[in-house]
Amino acid sequence: MTGARMNTLAALRGDIERIETHGDLHAPRRVSLGHAEADAMLRGGLAVAAVHEVFAEGHQSAVATGFIAGLAGRVALRRPLVWVRQDFSEMESGALSMSGLSELGLDPRCLVTVRAADGESALRTAADALACDALGAVVLEIWGEPRQLDLVASRKLTLAAQASGVTGLLLRIAATPSPSTAETRWIVRAAHSTPAAQSAPWSAWGAPVFDAELVRNRHGPVGRWIMEWNCDECLFRQPATNSQPVAAAPAHRPHQAPVHSVFKRKPAPHAMRGGTRFA
Amino acid sequence: MGPGSREENVSKKTNANAALDDTPSVVVAKENNALQIYSLDDAAAHFGLDIGLPLANARAICPHLKVFDANEAADAKTLGDIADWCDRFTPLVALDPPHGLFLDITGCAHLFGGEAKLLKLLCDVLTAQGFAVSAAIASTSVCARTMTRHVHGRIVPDGEEADAVGPLPVSALGAGSTITNGLRRAGLKTIGDVASRARHEITARFGARFSTRLEHALGQGDAPISPRKPLPDYIVEQRFAEPVSTESVISATLSRLAETLVAAMEKQGKGARRLEASFFRTDGAVRTIMVDTGRPVTKREVIDRLFRERLDALNDPLDPGFGFDLIRLSASRTEIVVQQQRDLDANVHDNDELAALIDRIAARIGGKRVVVHLPQDTHIPERAVQAVSAQHHLAAAAQAAWPAPVEEEPPLRPLRLFEKPEPIKVPFATVPDGPPHHFTWRRAIHAVVRVEGPERIAMEWWRQNGQALTRDYFRVEDEAGLRFWIYRDGLYGSELVTEEGEPAPSNWFVHGLFA
Repeated sequence: MTGARMNTLAALRGDIERIETHGDLHAPRRVSLGHAEADAMLRGGLAVAAVHEVFAEGHQSAVATGFIAGLAGRVALRRPLVWVRQDFSEMESGALSMSGLSELGLDPRCLVTVRAADGESALRTAADALACDALGAVVLEIWGEPRQLDLVASRKLTLAAQASGVTGLLLRIAATPSPSTAETRWIVRAAHSTPAAQSAPWSAWGAPVFDAELVRNRHGPVGRWIMEWNCDECLFRQPATNSQPVAAAPAHRPHQAPVHSVFKRKPAPHAMRGGTRFA
Repeated sequence: MGPGSREENVSKKTNANAALDDTPSVVVAKENNALQIYSLDDAAAHFGLDIGLPLANARAICPHLKVFDANEAADAKTLGDIADWCDRFTPLVALDPPHGLFLDITGCAHLFGGEAKLLKLLCDVLTAQGFAVSAAIASTSVCARTMTRHVHGRIVPDGEEADAVGPLPVSALGAGSTITNGLRRAGLKTIGDVASRARHEITARFGARFSTRLEHALGQGDAPISPRKPLPDYIVEQRFAEPVSTESVISATLSRLAETLVAAMEKQGKGARRLEASFFRTDGAVRTIMVDTGRPVTKREVIDRLFRERLDALNDPLDPGFGFDLIRLSASRTEIVVQQQRDLDANVHDNDELAALIDRIAARIGGKRVVVHLPQDTHIPERAVQAVSAQHHLAAAAQAAWPAPVEEEPPLRPLRLFEKPEPIKVPFATVPDGPPHHFTWRRAIHAVVRVEGPERIAMEWWRQNGQALTRDYFRVEDEAGLRFWIYRDGLYGSELVTEEGEPAPSNWFVHGLFA
C-alpha cells in the first residue's frame, strides 16, 4: 500500500475517531514536532490547515529557513511542498540548496519552487497554492515588510488553508511581528550545535540547533526552547545534554589547535541548554 | 499545390502616401554612396521620375519635390502588421519582402462569400487605411505575384494561368534587370513570347532558376510559400458584426470558443499543450496571448481559468481600443490524451491537481518562474542542481535520484547557497592554508569558534572554465551560533603565487549558510 494511501486512511480514521469521541470535527489536526515540551505547549503539536509564522533577523535567515524546513517536513509528510520566494530574498540570503534540504531529511523531489518577482506576486501565488488540497504545505518566504501583507492578506491565507487543509508556513525575514491571523508565531535565532561524539567525531558541529521562541500561540501559553533537528528521523528534539566539551578535538587535526584557543578566549554566549524559559 | 489553392499578393507600392496633396513626393535611400529614389507617388511618376533615379537628377526635373528618407525597418514592421491583420483571412500568411504578402486562401474563401468578395473586402480595408494595394488571386503564388505587378483585382481561374500572364510584359516576372533586358533584347516582349520558346533554350540562355519561375507563373508546378507562423492544430474563432470591448463579453466569448475547441479536440482524443488567443482590433492591431500547459488540457473550465489568470497578470493589459471584431482561439500544440482510470489511489489525483496548480501559476507569472530541481553529476556546488521548468519536467523531477544523506551525519552542505559567492575579508590565518580566526562579511565581524575542514574541491579541468582555482572549503561556526560555508580560492603556495614566485595572498568567500 502506498504511503499516500496510508496517510489518507490514517486521516480518515482520525476523523472518525474525533466524530465518535467529541463530535467536533473542527478541532484542528495536529502534527507533533517531536520536542516534548513544545508539543505539550502546543497541545499535541503544530496545527495543520492553519498558517504559522516564523520571524528572523536578516543575518539569521538560514537558521530560520532550516527551522521552517523542519516544520514543513513534519506537516507535509512526503506530499508535495510548494516554496514561494521573492527574488530579493534569494539575492540577500542565497537560494535554497537542494543538497542541503536533502541532508536535512526532506525530499527535493517533492519540492516545487516558485520564483516570484516581488512580495505581491509571491503573496498571491501562495494564496493560490494554499487553495490546492493536493499539497502538503506551502512555504511563503517574504523579505522585509511588504505593504500588501496586512491583516486582510493574512486572513485570506488562513481561510484558504482552512478550506483546503494545507498548512501555510510564512518565513518572514528582516520583519517585525505585526498583528495577523496566524495560529502560532515563532522567532528563531541561531544556537550553537554540539558535535555528535559517537557518529562523527571529526565533525565541528552536529545536527542543526535552533533557539526557537514561541511568541504567539492561539490556544495556549508561549515558551522558548533550544531545539535540535534530527535529520534521520525528521523531527525536532531536545539537544542531548551530555555532549562532550567542544574544545576536545582529535589530536590528528593539528590545524585546529589555534582555533580552539580562540574558542577558549570567547565562550559561546548562548550556553543555555535543555532549560525552558517562559517569555 | 492542388487546383483549389489560391494565392494572393498585396503590394504596398509606395510609402510616400503621407503626402496627400498633389505635391510630388519621393522616398530616397542611399545606394552606391548616392541618394536614389526608393519609391515615389503618382504625382512624381507623372513628372517622369522613376525608381533608381538619383535624387539630384530628380530635383533638376522637378524642383518642388518633397523628399523623405527611407526607413526600411519601419517598412518591414508595417508589412508585418499588415500580415498580422491578414491572419483573419487565413492562418497561412507569408511575407514577400519588401512589399508583398502571400495568403494561402485554400478552403478559406467560402467563409467570406467567395474569392471575389474576399478580395474586395481585403483591398477595401487596406485602401481605407491609406495603402495602395494591388492584389490578385491565382492557383500558384508566382502567378499571383506576376499578376499583381500589372493588373489589380484579377482572379485567375484554374488552368488559365498561361492565358492570364501571357500578355503581361516580361518585367512582371520580377527576374531582375539583367534577365529582363536580355529578354527584351532578344525580342521577347511579353511573357507569352517567352513561353512560346522551347524551355531548353530559355534555360540555356537565362538559367534554370528563371525557367522554373516561368513555369510557376504559367501554372505548371508551384513553389511553396513559407508561412510566418506554424499552422495551429485547431482553430476556432468568433467574428462580431459590432466590435466588442467589455471584459465580460470577451471572457464569455473565450469560454464559448474553448468549449468548441475542446469538443473538436475530443473527437480525435487530443488535448492542448499550448493555447493562443488572438484579439483582432478594428484598427488592425492584433494582440496574441499564449498559455502553455504542463499536461494536455481537455476541459473548458481549465482553459477559462488559465486565460483569466494570464489576462489578469498582463503588464500591459489588453487594450480593446474601439473594440475587437474577431477573437480567435487556437491550439498550436496538441498531444494525445491518455485516458487514465481514476482509482481510489490518492496519488494520481494529487499529481493532476499539482500539475493544474503549476499551470495556473505559470500562466500568471511565467513558466520559467515555477521550477523543479534535477540533480547533476558534478561536485561543483553551484552546479550540483539544475532548476528546470516544472511544467515540462514534473514527472522527471519526481523520479530523480538524489544522493541519499548519510545516517547520523551532520549536514555537510549548506541549506542556502549564494549563486555568486560573496567575498569576505580575512585578516590573517595562523597557518597559511589553515582556516581564519575571524572574518568580515557584509561589514559584520564574525569570530570563528568552531571549524572543520578543509574539504578540497578541484575544478573540472575538462570544461571551458575549468582553469578556475581549487577551493578549500571550511565549515565554520561563529560566536553567535551562525554556521557558514567559506572557502579559500586557490591552493596556497602552488596556485597562489606572484610573478616572482612568492606566495600570494588568498581570496576568501562565503558560499553558503547552514541551518
